[in-house]
Amino acid sequence: MTTWQPSALQRERIAYRRRRARRSTVIAVVSSVILLALVVVGIGSTPGWPRVRATFFDVHRGWEALPVVAEGLWLNIRVMLVCAVLIVVFGLTLAIMRTSRGPIFFPLRVFAAAYTDVFRGLPLLLVIFLLGFGVPALQLRGLPNQAVIWGGAALVLTYSSYVAEVFRAGIESVHPSQRAAARSLGLTYRQTLRFVVLPQAVRRVLPPLLNDFVSLQKDSGLIAVLGVIDAIRAAQLETAEDFNFTPYVVAGLLFVALTIPLTRLTDYVARRQGWYGGGGGPV
Amino acid sequence: MSLLSLRGVRKAYGENVVLDGLDLDVAAGECVVLIGASGSGKSTLLRCVNLLETVDDGVIELAGADITDPRVDADRVRSGIGIVFQAYNLFPHLTVLDNITLAPIRVHRVPRDAARARALEMLERVGLADKASAKPDELSGGQQQRAAIARAMVNSPQLMLLDEVTSALDPELVGEVLDLLRELKSEGMTMLVCTHEMAFAREVADQVCFLHHGRPLEIGPPAQVLDDPREDRTREFLRRVSGTTGR
Repeated sequence: MTTWQPSALQRERIAYRRRRARRSTVIAVVSSVILLALVVVGIGSTPGWPRVRATFFDVHRGWEALPVVAEGLWLNIRVMLVCAVLIVVFGLTLAIMRTSRGPIFFPLRVFAAAYTDVFRGLPLLLVIFLLGFGVPALQLRGLPNQAVIWGGAALVLTYSSYVAEVFRAGIESVHPSQRAAARSLGLTYRQTLRFVVLPQAVRRVLPPLLNDFVSLQKDSGLIAVLGVIDAIRAAQLETAEDFNFTPYVVAGLLFVALTIPLTRLTDYVARRQGWYGGGGGPV
Repeated sequence: MSLLSLRGVRKAYGENVVLDGLDLDVAAGECVVLIGASGSGKSTLLRCVNLLETVDDGVIELAGADITDPRVDADRVRSGIGIVFQAYNLFPHLTVLDNITLAPIRVHRVPRDAARARALEMLERVGLADKASAKPDELSGGQQQRAAIARAMVNSPQLMLLDEVTSALDPELVGEVLDLLRELKSEGMTMLVCTHEMAFAREVADQVCFLHHGRPLEIGPPAQVLDDPREDRTREFLRRVSGTTGR
């Protein structure tokens, strides 16, 4: 087995493929450098660039603002983590309700459909205002009145409807023969869902699900309208001092820095587990 | 001269060597049937010929041209070869007719009307003229496989690859598909076939090739390989197959 040596022809093919790969890399690098140079020169030569650079890309100002913005970001991260867990639970519950069978579950199906219709349509900001200012104004005793809790609740309500639809698409994409096979083994409806349908459904919808969570990460900043200080709000406060927008750019970079590892990690795990389907062979 | 010629073809997945320096020739108009235990490399061989897999070494020539050269346009090569899979692989979102006209219209740039006319002609031939607007999952397995054969034939390939095309079918549906293949053979189509249908191999094959561990252990006319095998391994294999299928 290990005694096999590629023939002269195969070595020539391997060399050819390697040359092609190298050529592709060179082309990629050269085209990237040219494009980047064009962008830099193009923007850099505009008459207003020095002004824009001073306003948005002031390294010193950015460094100054970093601790405050980062502290705000910590709030975003906590809100996002807590909300994400709740959203998965509620979204999955809604999807299961909506895909349930049998006449007895008719009210559940209607509720789930109506819920997603309403909360997918309502602007998130309105939901945040309604919960954040409306509910405490009812002056009910025993209810918490911290802005961050109601803001988080608004995020959970809205995002659950998005995520429910993603889960539903996944559940419905599992071929009916899979249900048939599971039921034929004597598994109940619930067991079929739990052990056969959902594991396949969740794997399939992982990428769009991640989309929603990255989006949530950014939208978690909207609760700032209730007076909480998150990264964006912190940047805004910084900006108000001198009308230098660099703190916003700093906040943006931090968000991106959070998102990229999350995406890469999910891709890595999914690929290693073989969740993304075959994809073997050169076609 | 042979239409298809394999020389020293090797394909390994990690440590698992599936094709081990294999030589094989298929002359124009000839039907070569590959037999062998599962895992002996039959399907991999077909996939390599259709460039669905890249060989690790060796040469595959089609009509005298080396198709394993990395410089060749694999899409061009594939469009001249028809392949039919065990699981039909029809596109479930398209009607039977659209399954058949997809490649003629998109790849061969046949005008839509001409492509439909030709597809209907093909469906007539495989006995599915009335199923043109049906979706694949409305058809029986045998009908689906006949539609898949029509899809492969519509491009007038110079070579047909058939990968266990009856293995997923009910016994009473096997006949209709084999009849179709007999007809193709009688029209002079060059075919490379993997099958477990020994009766079919005996009847249609010009040559039977017994693959063992990625090498052709025995190759010759069906009467010789199937009825009077020289190798113990071939005898052993045939005994096991006849034991299970009663043929």
